[in-house]
Amino acid sequence: MTAAVIIWLTKFITGASVRWAGCDPVQRQRVYFANHTSHLDGVVLWSALPPSVRKVVRPVAAADYWMAGPIRKYLAMRVFNAILITREHVSAKNNPLTQILNALDAKSSIIIFPEGHRNDGGEPGEFKSGLYHIMKKRPDIEFIPVYIDNMNRILPRGEFLPVPLLTCISFGAPINVAKNESKEEFLLRARKSVNDLRQA
Amino acid sequence: MNQQFNISNTTLWLLGGIIAILVISSITGFILSRVSTSEGSRKTIDNLNSRIRSWWVMVAVFSAAMIIGKGGSVLLFAFTSFWAFREFITLTPTHRGDHRTLFWVFFVITPIQYYLVYINWYGLFCIMIPVYAFLFVPIRNALAGDCERFLERTAKIQWGLMICVYCVSHAPMVLTLNIPGFKNQGANLLFFLVTVTQLSDVFQYVFGKTLGKHKIAPNVSPNKTWEGFIGGILTATLLGAGLWWATPFSPWQAAGMALAITLLGFAGGLTMSAIKRDRGVKDYGKLIAGHGGVMDRIDSICFAAPVFFHLTRFFFT
Repeated sequence: MTAAVIIWLTKFITGASVRWAGCDPVQRQRVYFANHTSHLDGVVLWSALPPSVRKVVRPVAAADYWMAGPIRKYLAMRVFNAILITREHVSAKNNPLTQILNALDAKSSIIIFPEGHRNDGGEPGEFKSGLYHIMKKRPDIEFIPVYIDNMNRILPRGEFLPVPLLTCISFGAPINVAKNESKEEFLLRARKSVNDLRQA
Repeated sequence: MNQQFNISNTTLWLLGGIIAILVISSITGFILSRVSTSEGSRKTIDNLNSRIRSWWVMVAVFSAAMIIGKGGSVLLFAFTSFWAFREFITLTPTHRGDHRTLFWVFFVITPIQYYLVYINWYGLFCIMIPVYAFLFVPIRNALAGDCERFLERTAKIQWGLMICVYCVSHAPMVLTLNIPGFKNQGANLLFFLVTVTQLSDVFQYVFGKTLGKHKIAPNVSPNKTWEGFIGGILTATLLGAGLWWATPFSPWQAAGMALAITLLGFAGGLTMSAIKRDRGVKDYGKLIAGHGGVMDRIDSICFAAPVFFHLTRFFFT
């Protein structure tokens, strides 16, 4: 019920145009990695997926934001089934990577924003190394680049009321770590695969 | 709800006529898709058929709004404005500093304008956007503190608001015109405006595709040709004259009105194309299959509606 209202509202506010440019909207275990410019990014990407895919997908989100207050907590835990990770004081014990790998082993797909924080729009910022480590450890999963357009204009950082412009969510072709590719090279290529989905 | 008009026999005839045209178009489209062989014509015909399918949906929505009454029509045009305006602003590179202004424009100014149509407050309807919103937009932008390209950003929001909201709101406003001897028949007048502008677009497209050779403004709109222009405007004017019985106009007056709105409709299409070319896109959006965005479909009404409204108000009320 809450989910249906959120999906409907998200589609109304953002126009919900989805482009499957390099892969099909089918149910497979996948890691969707996207650029991050707005608090709504996760919700928008989640709403854009077909229901069968959405059922098994878990967005990776920051615990410090989503555990603050009962409503956010409810949404994160009950509606989005998010994997909440800590961004501060990361140690071997609470390494977010473990949580993500556990979710993948439980056959979930995940949504991840490898920039780690929201960018001001345009070209995505530098990718954190988490994506590389996940791919190294679970090479059989499909890694799909996603570009979410215009969200920085719909709900930019520091604003709380959205403006109903039209967004476009593009899903690209899956990528893998190439043989002998260094972490830095891979992260640059992953970032480029997201950026290449930008349209004029 | 204050019901200002009901569906009359005249309106039913008009609707019946449109449905007949759609049936004929669908059959023609089907036959064309069967006989076409070459790759190039195939593409045009596929696009034609998806346009016709979208027309069915648009006619259904428009008719439903008319049957509900004034409230339905006002709401339909309000949503049309809202959607066209979001397409327009999406194409316009606005800044972070415009965010709060845009929120006001979308969620406060646009609904107020259509509420004014609904309660028929003509005086405020005429000046709310050109005066008050015109002043409000730069004030709110200035308060946001971003000076970069200030005039350009402000002007784009004001212009979009004028075209997408102010101009379009004149279409349902014709429902409120008080024409002697034409009581409670505003729906037919709105029908006349929308049908003639849209048929003019359709016939310009048909004549352009079949006979078009000499381009009018190749840099702005490569699909607009003199053949399409003349054929479309003449046909739509004749059809408009033929609809005189549904309007307060005589046949000659109906022809004059139809000519005025088809010429403005053409101008609207051309002007809105210039913006698309500058931004390097083909369509404003993709909500309506085969046509593009809402703005691509209503660009002619944006320009025709206010002039039609004022001509009718000046000469017939």
